Amino acid sequence: MNSERIIIKGIRQGLLVTLREGEWSGLMSALQAHLGENPDFFRGGRMAIDVSDRELMQAQIEEVRSMVARHQVELWALLSEDATTQSEARRAGLVTELPWTRGPQHPSEEAKEPPGRSVVVRRTLRSGQSLRHPGHVVVIGDVNPGAEVVAGGSIVVWGRLRGLVHAGALGDEEAVICALELAPTQLRIAGHISRSPEERPSKPLPEKASICDGSIVAVPWPGE
Amino acid sequence: MDARVVTITSGKGGVGKTTLSANLGAALAMRGQRVAVVDADVGLRNLDVMLGLENRIVYDLVDVIEKRCRLRQALVRHKQLSKLYLLPAAQTRDKSAVHSEDMMWVCDELREEYNIILIDSAAGIEQGFRYAMEPADEVVIVTNPEVPAARDADRVIGLIEAEEKGPARLVINRVKPEMVKRGQMLSIADVVELLAIELIGVVPEDESVLIAANRGEPLTLSSNHSRAGQAFHDIARRLLGEDVPFPPLREPGMLERFLRFVSLD
Repeated sequence: MNSERIIIKGIRQGLLVTLREGEWSGLMSALQAHLGENPDFFRGGRMAIDVSDRELMQAQIEEVRSMVARHQVELWALLSEDATTQSEARRAGLVTELPWTRGPQHPSEEAKEPPGRSVVVRRTLRSGQSLRHPGHVVVIGDVNPGAEVVAGGSIVVWGRLRGLVHAGALGDEEAVICALELAPTQLRIAGHISRSPEERPSKPLPEKASICDGSIVAVPWPGE
Repeated sequence: MDARVVTITSGKGGVGKTTLSANLGAALAMRGQRVAVVDADVGLRNLDVMLGLENRIVYDLVDVIEKRCRLRQALVRHKQLSKLYLLPAAQTRDKSAVHSEDMMWVCDELREEYNIILIDSAAGIEQGFRYAMEPADEVVIVTNPEVPAARDADRVIGLIEAEEKGPARLVINRVKPEMVKRGQMLSIADVVELLAIELIGVVPEDESVLIAANRGEPLTLSSNHSRAGQAFHDIARRLLGEDVPFPPLREPGMLERFLRFVSLD
């Protein structure tokens, strides 16, 4: 199965793809299948790939880069224990080590989580910042206008949600979005898109958005 | 030494970084600080004009970096304030002439002689912003009470947090109390709520700022007390650690709201 040979998780700098056992061409087509099946989740993202001890040459690195680029994903880092792969990756202009040294809470809370599970982000996401994770996402802080959160599962914002969020980006229609103040620029769940109503309530209440009869509906949270 | 490097930046252009740099530099120098203001906006220099020192420039920042002169030769002393010095930007070059390492060593040398080094950053989030941030111990973000400026300020604060620079503090410039009252402008509370960083100044819109800039004489130096001039002096005092209350902006309810917000933080 794809899901076992390729592990995708959200990290501070985007997505980290870990390639496990298996021959190269099989893994490449598995990764390509992943990208093709979930275009909304991957589009515009940045990807780091961990190839463990594989020895890769320039040509193979370029093959991966152009393959993910076709799905509008930028390959920026290639991690490996193999010295040849490392030097080839550097020659290709890629980063070969994740900069964990930054951030007071390093290694970041996002990275320590097992793949596919929830992440908790304890900071405000500001304009221009983007968080992608295949599982659920909890933000303790605000999501400001111009910031985006894309999650495979549900999204909970313990704060003001004013940016763009996409829950169930891998196709899960059951995913929900909750926030203490739900006033996003745009709300997406799976393949559905909605905007906040133009007039904002004077006193914001916590709300939960989910798909109901094929469209996104927000109700007070917690409801009855 | 315990010199402080304070970078003044904004994201969006035209919000008043250079005006703040000039007025703050003068206000700090009037309080006995040895101040160097560095114009880091290479290619679009203005700080020298606002300080009225344009005709005294011999060498500039790029000359110092490219070793055509010593740092001390490029520093221009202010006409009235003996403790205020300007390191001008080069006008005939662009941002690519300066790198982060250059700013680091220039500021390290300035630290030997000055108490406070103010860097007037370029707008944007490109190289001109990056090299101005590199030596910063503290950052002052300037914004206007309008949505585009506040968005860009938010973007810049995010970058500063990611670089672990800071603390970043906020000056809201060009506030028109009448427009806030009519709901046509973001209120101070709205901006502070969005950006969630410490507020150290609110500068009202004041035509004397423009007149002063055209005359090349910082408003803070002038003897007739304008509201904006007073606001710049207050920012200088807060930077020096004084606890200065925010004067009312002819909107008492509002003021209480944002003060409460600030003290919560």
